[in-house]
Amino acid sequence: MKSLGSIRRDFAPWNDPNAKPYIQFDKVTKKFGEFTAVNNLSLTIFEREFFALLGASGCGKSTLLRMLAGFEEPTAGRILLDGQDLRGIPPYKRPVNMMFQSYALFPHMTVEKNIAFGLKQEGMPGPDIERRVAEMLKLVKLEQFAKRKPHQLSGGQRQRVALARSVAKRPKVLLLDEPLGALDKKLREETQFELMDLQQELGLTFVVVTHDQEEAMTMADRIAIMDKGEVMQVATPAEIYEAPTSRFVAHFVGNVNMFEGRVAEHTANATRITGATGAQIVVDNGGNAAAGSDIVFAIRPEKIKVSSKKPADAVNALEGEVYDVAYLGDMTVFHIRLDDGQIVRASALNASRVTEDPLTWNDRAWVSFRPDAGVVLTR
Amino acid sequence: MADIAATAAPSTQTTTLPARLAKGFVNRLVIIIPYLWLLFFFLVPFIIVFKISLSQTAISMPPYTPVLDFSDGISGFLAGFRELNFDNYTWLTQDALYFNAYVTSLVIAAISTMLTLIVGYPIAYGMARAPATIRPTLLMLVILPFWTSFLIRVYAWIGILKPEGLLNQLLMSLHIISQPLVILNTYTAIFIGIVYSYLPFMVLPLYSSLEKMDYSLVEAAEDLGCPPIGAFWKITFPLSLPGVVAGCLLVFIPAVGEFVIPDLLGGSQTLMIGKTLWNEFFSNRDWPVSSAVAVILLLVLTIPIMFFQQAQAKAQEQGR
Repeated sequence: MKSLGSIRRDFAPWNDPNAKPYIQFDKVTKKFGEFTAVNNLSLTIFEREFFALLGASGCGKSTLLRMLAGFEEPTAGRILLDGQDLRGIPPYKRPVNMMFQSYALFPHMTVEKNIAFGLKQEGMPGPDIERRVAEMLKLVKLEQFAKRKPHQLSGGQRQRVALARSVAKRPKVLLLDEPLGALDKKLREETQFELMDLQQELGLTFVVVTHDQEEAMTMADRIAIMDKGEVMQVATPAEIYEAPTSRFVAHFVGNVNMFEGRVAEHTANATRITGATGAQIVVDNGGNAAAGSDIVFAIRPEKIKVSSKKPADAVNALEGEVYDVAYLGDMTVFHIRLDDGQIVRASALNASRVTEDPLTWNDRAWVSFRPDAGVVLTR
Repeated sequence: MADIAATAAPSTQTTTLPARLAKGFVNRLVIIIPYLWLLFFFLVPFIIVFKISLSQTAISMPPYTPVLDFSDGISGFLAGFRELNFDNYTWLTQDALYFNAYVTSLVIAAISTMLTLIVGYPIAYGMARAPATIRPTLLMLVILPFWTSFLIRVYAWIGILKPEGLLNQLLMSLHIISQPLVILNTYTAIFIGIVYSYLPFMVLPLYSSLEKMDYSLVEAAEDLGCPPIGAFWKITFPLSLPGVVAGCLLVFIPAVGEFVIPDLLGGSQTLMIGKTLWNEFFSNRDWPVSSAVAVILLLVLTIPIMFFQQAQAKAQEQGR
């Protein structure tokens, strides 16, 4: 069975036409004065999904989250949670909880009291609160810090208190605003997996806002890439990476080579593209673009093979010169200047310790790739 | 490794002993200056007042005896010193007037402080939540009254509050009342005067503690199921307590000894300690008794100041 990326996903309600959406943004617009933060946006999130909103700062992703939490009301459109329209429901009555970017821990309360705060509001009986708090402290491994105040904790510990506090009420949906933004790199990577495990364990729906593509790729079932208040693409991490639908998405996630060109002709099972500078490229997945239309051919660096001689069986092979080489240990990155002037980035995984065909600066070199290695973008 | 350790060790001692002493001296000098200030402008005057409070009135210049000086030599000084006694303090306990004046002053100051807090908190809260661009303007408006003389502003209230004053004229022309309200020369007028005059001292510390509070804390409380009013009492108010304490003391302490406002707005029958002190000093020309009144007042006020400092130290310890 063929699949994009290297992971097979068994949890995919978005592919099931009968699956009931859990959170629905229906043509939602949010304006702050003249500024449109979210523009006529529609989005569906399913139960138990780990959903990431990914975008640069100011793209509207946090506004979307704040509308879900109830801190902002949409200017137009509806937000539905489990079929219920959320309009007019204040934050304190919504069955969602948020983990704030700043953590927003109450500085005058101990860790224990912070976690118990939401439960007390619910009117949960005292012994039950104690039990739940103990359970939460155990979950985030902070049992011995129960009596500390937030300022006596490290950044990572505070993050875990914030997490414990926001899941203590067992919300239907947990909203996470840049949950790992304030942690250092190593801790961030560890915590990513902890968050995924926690989501699995509690069976909650997570909506996370992040500007870190690696974080979104690691944790999320699906990612919505946002730009200027609009969703550019909603798809699994593998689809986002391997099958971006626009230049913006292709550029935003990972590295990419773009060839400006025009569709020359469609044959039975292939499409021939003429590059703006003369390169001929044959692809077998360019069917959507009309013949004669201007397109962009996008290909990831690791899909390109670099060799000193033209590979005999290659469908697509372009000649050039090694312009730059960077050895990174696990892989080597080549910058090849093609004879038409375009610079192509190619990366080779150093799967073996010895290379048969070493290249160096200013060597003549060929770049080659399979007909299904890239995507044809029409927008 | 050994080489590095050997060279590193002496290098830490490059700050020689004299250099360190000089640095210590500079540091100490910086601390000494405020203490010298307090010594000359607080402790020395206080000792003079305290000494006068132990003297007796006399029709002389200055109007008390003994005057401690060395014109009669050491023995004269010591003889004068032996004449000092606590009679004036005994006198204060014998006449109920003084006790009543102290209690009235404390009660009036306490009520005024509460009223100022009630009026000032919403103002400070509104300022702290206003858009950042207009906050400096609002701050300016709070400070603006200081640009006019305090005395003139209190006088202005006479014009507003008197029976034929602006307030009564307004209320009567609106047919809300048919008879002019008697406000001037009552305790109400004193409360109005104190709240008005000391409001900035309440608003500014409250504003500074509310302004630096992270609003996402309130959002977090609401997110966890707390309605806005609950979030205010559980989050905003406790976190603004340092500002509340500072504001209350800044109003309470001067209000206890307030003289001008009760004199101008409270009429002749009001009994506040500041006015009593004034009367003793200027009408009775009894410097020793008025000094004793002042010393007791100082002791009464030192208690809230100590309380304030303790609260501040506690707040600092909490890292806020």
